Amino acid sequence: MRIINSDVLVIGAGLAGERTAIACAKRGLDVTILSLVPPRRSHSSAAQGGMQAALANTVMGEGDTPTVHWLDTVKGSDWGCDQEVARIFADNAPIAMREMAHFGVPWNRVKGGKQQVFIKGKKAEIEEDFANEGLITSRAFGGTAKWRTCYTADGTGHTVLYTMDNMVLQLGIPVHDRMEALRLIHKDNRCIGAIVRSLRDGEIMAYIAKATVIATGGYGRIYGESTNAVINEGTGSWLALQTGVVPLGNMEAVQVHPTGIVPTDILITEGCRGDGGLLLDVDEYRFMPDYEPEKMELASRDVVSRRMKEHMLKGKGVQSAYGEHLWLDLRQLGEHHLTTKLREVYDICMYFIGVNPITELVPVRPTQHYSMGGIRVNKDGQAYNMEGLFALGEVACWDMHGFNRLGGNSLAETVVAGMVVGKQVAAFANKAELNVEVTLAEEAADLERKKMDRLMNGDGQENVYALRDEIGRILTKYVHIFRTGEGLQTAVNELKIIVDRTKNVKVRTSAPGMNPELSIALRIEGMAKQAYVIAKGALDRTESRGAHSREDYPARDDKNWLNRTLVRWAEGEPDPVFDYEPVGLLDLPPGDRGYGGGHMIDMDISVDEYNKQVDPGQTTNGRLQPAEPTGTKLPKEAWRAKLEGKE
Amino acid sequence: MGRTLTFKIFRYNPTKLNDKPHVEAYRLEEIPRLNVFTALNMIREQQAPDLMFDFVCRAGICGSCAMVINGRPTLACRTLTADLPETIELFPLPFFKLLGDLSVDTGVWFREMGERLESWVHNHKEFDPQAIEERMDNETAIKIYNSERCIECGCCIAGCATAQVYPDFIGAAGLNRIGRFLFDPRDERGDQEWFELVSTDEGIFGCIGMMACDDVCPKDLPLLEVFAYIRRKVSGIAIKK
Repeated sequence: MRIINSDVLVIGAGLAGERTAIACAKRGLDVTILSLVPPRRSHSSAAQGGMQAALANTVMGEGDTPTVHWLDTVKGSDWGCDQEVARIFADNAPIAMREMAHFGVPWNRVKGGKQQVFIKGKKAEIEEDFANEGLITSRAFGGTAKWRTCYTADGTGHTVLYTMDNMVLQLGIPVHDRMEALRLIHKDNRCIGAIVRSLRDGEIMAYIAKATVIATGGYGRIYGESTNAVINEGTGSWLALQTGVVPLGNMEAVQVHPTGIVPTDILITEGCRGDGGLLLDVDEYRFMPDYEPEKMELASRDVVSRRMKEHMLKGKGVQSAYGEHLWLDLRQLGEHHLTTKLREVYDICMYFIGVNPITELVPVRPTQHYSMGGIRVNKDGQAYNMEGLFALGEVACWDMHGFNRLGGNSLAETVVAGMVVGKQVAAFANKAELNVEVTLAEEAADLERKKMDRLMNGDGQENVYALRDEIGRILTKYVHIFRTGEGLQTAVNELKIIVDRTKNVKVRTSAPGMNPELSIALRIEGMAKQAYVIAKGALDRTESRGAHSREDYPARDDKNWLNRTLVRWAEGEPDPVFDYEPVGLLDLPPGDRGYGGGHMIDMDISVDEYNKQVDPGQTTNGRLQPAEPTGTKLPKEAWRAKLEGKE
Repeated sequence: MGRTLTFKIFRYNPTKLNDKPHVEAYRLEEIPRLNVFTALNMIREQQAPDLMFDFVCRAGICGSCAMVINGRPTLACRTLTADLPETIELFPLPFFKLLGDLSVDTGVWFREMGERLESWVHNHKEFDPQAIEERMDNETAIKIYNSERCIECGCCIAGCATAQVYPDFIGAAGLNRIGRFLFDPRDERGDQEWFELVSTDEGIFGCIGMMACDDVCPKDLPLLEVFAYIRRKVSGIAIKK
């Protein structure tokens, strides 16, 4: 078996992975990046709308600060986030945007003088300050107090990823593309790399490193119907779950985006509504102001998706051969806007569904979009219970999003976490020593070889595609926008059986090389087990918080459920083990989000008492000690000064 | 509707001993709004489990799925079968290294092109995290973006007559990349550096102006405009010399 050594192994070449690799290479470390696909094809490239950062350059962002951004993020998370991590994010986001400008991103810029825009769906005129001309501008997004989302038309992920990958080229960091990590190599809670399969020729290799970083994105494709790229099958979170010791956090926190197009489920950016797009029903009536008089179409995504579903349940949906949907009305934005600032959206509508958004309504419905949950890490990005393993970006539960992520916060998270976590990875790798244990790598590779042999030559009867479709059907039916105890129990029962059936998958082709059916067969156990823990976590959480909305438990229950779900699943064990930990230090006490309605069950202990439980509660669950103690980056009650107008 | 489609697909697995390139036919009942992405997945799941092809975003954004469809290089994900005759021929992009069946290695070619052209902003200033960003007028940002929109799908290279006979030619994608940095005021490369990079037969003078690239580009990049700009720039530098 070939063994490839580096200081740092980064699995995943999207924005989070590449920014981490850059942070490490700039500190003199030898870095190797692995990617399922050529790096510029990574799913980061499909992000359209933008990145939130409190630059306050546009007149509509006046008075914005990281504190306001932080407040929006904490409220958006329905208080499920780690408030210190949200603060680290909000404080660093403006620096990250400016750094990306320095690297070469052609951010759209402020133009001085009068501008025609849409505010709350109505035409309006604003006057930009000529003093800010040429600085990075921003657009409106959901759940935000200010216009804060930096963008390059509607190709933001694309330009930022291309710029990031240019930096990777400049620094000469090797990217081994068409490579899939199958298993982490670890012993005694120390990770030393991964067993990897080449998707070019099927070769099995070991990549050994002082520090291993997982940045593989989300698990949306487990849902089948998803806006995600076809490669987002939860391969990275599975690497962690498979260890049996690293927990996944809040797997039941799954975001359903209001506007996937019908059919095909391709995403239409929130920027459309930010720029003035409206949601209409079967009567072409604008219904959102009736539900959300303040934020209208621009409430947080969990709330807008719920309101859309609610409205369809009232019989106001549009019936079609592809199921029920609503309309997104972009006509008032006009041809120029749609063919420049929303050009990718225009192309998607024209090419994929033959709808011209300049003159026609776009069919949309809420569609699985983002995984708030993932590999649980501390504020430095270190995985719980596993020295030498880091995770960041969508695959991680860092956890700035809690139970609902704001639009524009995840793309920004990738580059901010890349800066912050990348520095910690480099510090770790610079200190770490590594004894290359070839036998350990051989043992890990043997497990995968045996698995391949069983899949190819065993006497199983199961078809991998049929199982994949079943998993998606169950999750989409029972673990979606609205959830009930009964439905979730059904999902859990059915998924348990599917997990067992994955052991009997038989690959129908013995073709050498990448063998596409073998490739997905190697992933199916991970997909099934993750689907199971999503459903089980949702069943056990008897409250409604953010995207987790229980019809039988409609209240947000801060008395019993102001916590984070953690799940571990040891190999060979029939059942996973669930634990819960405090969400993190509370600075902004739990309160009303200002949108979404619903009621709350209050905490029965004080914030101080809660905060005392954070360190012990998290350490018990395997949190490694971060470089700085808990709370150092969370200025106490900074929001108070902001709300009182003193900041 | 109600058509039975015949997909004639190029098959060859270079890792398989004694495999020979050939074409196999697969029949599929057409369903409404069927595109080549869905069709290929149906064929693989139901008929040809070893069929290799590349899709990632399936939304026309990532550039993975370019192939030759009835003689024309284009993105498979956004090609609707309703726009095609009943017989659909699928071949891998020419020029690029074949990985198997319809899968080609565009990634490595584009990476080497990027290295060759030093595809990054050449700027000696250190980033100052405390400073506000340098200003840029919005029109310049949009001009850069219009070239930056290239998704590296490889259609332009596959359709280019020069590239087929002269593999070192950087092609429309490479010239467009040079344009992207030429337009960027942050890039400090001077006349001499640009001249050496682009005034060669691998560069702008390799282009014989047939402009198939412009015909097949799925993102409608302003290639004519970019090439004209580069030619003017290079001639200008030459005259100054």
